[in-house]
Amino acid sequence: MLDLYVSGQSFLHRCPAGVKLLVLIAVGTVLFLFNSITPIAVATIFAITLYPMATLSLARAWAQVRPAIWILAILFLVQGLLVSWHIAVFIVLRFAALLLLAGLVTLTTRSSDMIDAITRGLHWLRPIGVNPGKVGLAISLALRFIPVLASVTRDVREAQQARGLERSLVATVIPVAVRMLKMADDISDAIDARGYRP
Amino acid sequence: MDTKSIVYIALFAALTAALALFPPITLPGGVPITAQSLGVMLAGSLAGARRGGLAMALFLLLVAVGLPLLAGGRGGFGIFLGPSGGFLIAWPISAFFIGYTLAKTGTNNLLAMFAIIAFGGIVVMYSFGIPWMIFAAEMTFLKGLTVMMAYVPGDLIKAFIAAFVTQQVRKAYPSL
Repeated sequence: MLDLYVSGQSFLHRCPAGVKLLVLIAVGTVLFLFNSITPIAVATIFAITLYPMATLSLARAWAQVRPAIWILAILFLVQGLLVSWHIAVFIVLRFAALLLLAGLVTLTTRSSDMIDAITRGLHWLRPIGVNPGKVGLAISLALRFIPVLASVTRDVREAQQARGLERSLVATVIPVAVRMLKMADDISDAIDARGYRP
Repeated sequence: MDTKSIVYIALFAALTAALALFPPITLPGGVPITAQSLGVMLAGSLAGARRGGLAMALFLLLVAVGLPLLAGGRGGFGIFLGPSGGFLIAWPISAFFIGYTLAKTGTNNLLAMFAIIAFGGIVVMYSFGIPWMIFAAEMTFLKGLTVMMAYVPGDLIKAFIAAFVTQQVRKAYPSL
């Protein structure tokens, strides 16, 4: 449900998830070291050209920026009116480049590969007491809980609607919270009962 | 760490993600008003300091690897470098502070809980978020501070909801 992966065979699809993440983090940091428009504009154009190279349509590239378009528009206006239009263009371009690159990694990598890469990447944290297996379990559980939470909320809302309480926030939130906590306790008992030791 | 803690961490990370379904309102400066900061407050007040803080760290990890879990379908590492990055980094700290202070005082008084949650969710959060926003969006300190004032009323309402929900859930689910 949460996977935004688009299947393909390009070099970006085949590149290991861990490498893509590290490159993204590195590029994201480097973009903040520049303070003139030219390198940022080059980076934005480069990010856009990577989309066709990864066999993704330009419409997909646009879809990465579109959810943030109002934030970008307001940021542009505020910076332009209060600071300068030059800075406004610079900040908006930098933001767009970051969104495009992050989107590129998300679109070409399966969530499961990403989770595996993180779990493997966390091995070096073992000495300070981080157990990568437990982090992996927490990630999988969290991703599973999101749709469950939505369906529990729907159930409770329907039940309260039958009582004429659909407008009451309290009548929805408290039962949802209690049911989720009860479920969490049951799940942890079930995991323990099966002797699961990550 | 015991299994129950792992499950609670996952649950509150998921709760914060689910709160993204409420549409965000964006104000000048590029930091949106979302229901998600309610998730931060509830993670601290219901799950406690350690579990709550780690739940937020897990949530940020999921966002960093590119899952679109932030309000408005945003996600990816770039978000941390954008104007709201400092606020996101403050989430685990804020949740930890709320959980720790509530446990330390042991209060069940609605107003006291509201004060603690509001302090953790506003003062602690803003003290990380504003400096980063000023840096990332190239603003002056005074402007950054003025822009953030627009968020205070919403955050006060969320802190009150969190305090109320915490009190009611403690009553309804005493084994928490």
